[in-house]
Amino acid sequence: MTGPSIRISGTLFSGQTPLISGLDLMLPGERWSVLLGQSGVGKTSLLRLIAGLPCAAHLEGQITCGDGMLIAPRVTMMAQDDQLLPWASAHDNVTICSRLRGAPVQPNRAAALLAKVGLSGLQHRKPTQMSAGQRQRVALARTLYEDRAIVLLDEPFSALDAMTRQSVQDLAVNLLANRTVVLITHDPGEAIRLADAAWMITPSGSTQCDLPSSAMPRDAAATETLAAQAALLHQMRGHISGDAA
Amino acid sequence: MRRLLRGITAFIVALLVWQAIVSLSGVPRFILPGPAVVAQALWENAALIRDNAFWSAGNLAVGLGIGIILGVETALLLALSRRARWLLRPMLVAAQAVPVFALAPVITLWLGYGMPSKIVTIALVTYFPIASAMFDRLMALPAGLIDLSHLSGASRWHETLLLRLPYAVPGLLSGLRLAVVYAPLAVLIGEWVGSSQGLGHLILMSNGRGQTGLMFAALIVLACLSLCLWLAVEALSRAATGRLYGDRSSFD
Repeated sequence: MTGPSIRISGTLFSGQTPLISGLDLMLPGERWSVLLGQSGVGKTSLLRLIAGLPCAAHLEGQITCGDGMLIAPRVTMMAQDDQLLPWASAHDNVTICSRLRGAPVQPNRAAALLAKVGLSGLQHRKPTQMSAGQRQRVALARTLYEDRAIVLLDEPFSALDAMTRQSVQDLAVNLLANRTVVLITHDPGEAIRLADAAWMITPSGSTQCDLPSSAMPRDAAATETLAAQAALLHQMRGHISGDAA
Repeated sequence: MRRLLRGITAFIVALLVWQAIVSLSGVPRFILPGPAVVAQALWENAALIRDNAFWSAGNLAVGLGIGIILGVETALLLALSRRARWLLRPMLVAAQAVPVFALAPVITLWLGYGMPSKIVTIALVTYFPIASAMFDRLMALPAGLIDLSHLSGASRWHETLLLRLPYAVPGLLSGLRLAVVYAPLAVLIGEWVGSSQGLGHLILMSNGRGQTGLMFAALIVLACLSLCLWLAVEALSRAATGRLYGDRSSFD
């Protein structure tokens, strides 16, 4: 599984109003790209446009793949809400996408993926019988079951408590290797921790963020991580006051 | 067990209050008979009441069954087909504005005094709440699950079967709860408009003949019938919810 690079260029509009102008992002293949920005700036719209999902905003420009092939059939997505079916067991939740397509279910692969995310033995549990962290792990297993080259993450870790968040993040980094991952977040700490490349998204376009030289996932407590996080936070504040001025 | 005990206690208290009102006010028994008089009427007319109750209950079961089947089918058809929605939805809304009870005389005119007119009245009255509650829920699938279906490349048929239908079960159940409240009313209306059998007929007839004890006895049997129906739906609803969403108590 090799993830292609993705290029996004143009201006994002909501009706006639430009939301983000002068976008030109080159998201590298097989890497984690983080789009950082305030709530409401249009990050989720960008992600939905990449996924080919219905979206209130529209892009006057292009979203293309480095290998020239279509994006939509190679995309899967994980959201902040785990989007699990409350009536289905963990196993049935993992396999729901192929059942929705009318494709045959591979129970062994589903069981193996549940084991990989640390939920072996819980395949018969319903979402109400699991913790938030376990539910997000099921969602991760469902994403992996789809086996797509491009994985879009819409703040999937933000509803988890700090310790759970870190373990699910590490698991995701581990299991999504070699795929092109696009993560959107408003948390500079998460951006610094997980990014191979990161951009700050503001109404006036995108700015590439400076990252520590170490490989991700970075140690959240390391000095250089904390320093980079502080610098990023500072940069975000600058943008906000700059926009206000 | 606790619920049963509570029910029995409430029943006994109600009987005592009833008897107290009769004894203290001195109302003549042809206006308000006491519990003892009604119990005697129930006992003496057991066969008569039973036959009429079976006739009404049979109509109720068939009518409710038809109402459920047609209601669920309508909701599914509307959820599956945009064209069906475009065509049928306004009709459904308009039809709901017509009080079905007002149609009972027309239905009796067309179908006669026998079972068919009663069954159709009950089916109509139960059909609308089921169709509309289930349809609303079928169309209210959360945005996240619609995205999931979209990203999976699901057909409308698979999406409806695997996502919308299980999601709509609570809608069906709340429609059913409304339906069983209206259904006994439909039994009464159907039989009052014109019938030679049934509990409604018995109530009307015994009232006309001044047999107040028998009238109350029939009324109580009808109330018990409604109560059993309601309890059955509650039990079904609990069982279905537990089965669908898992037993929360096993969370650790």
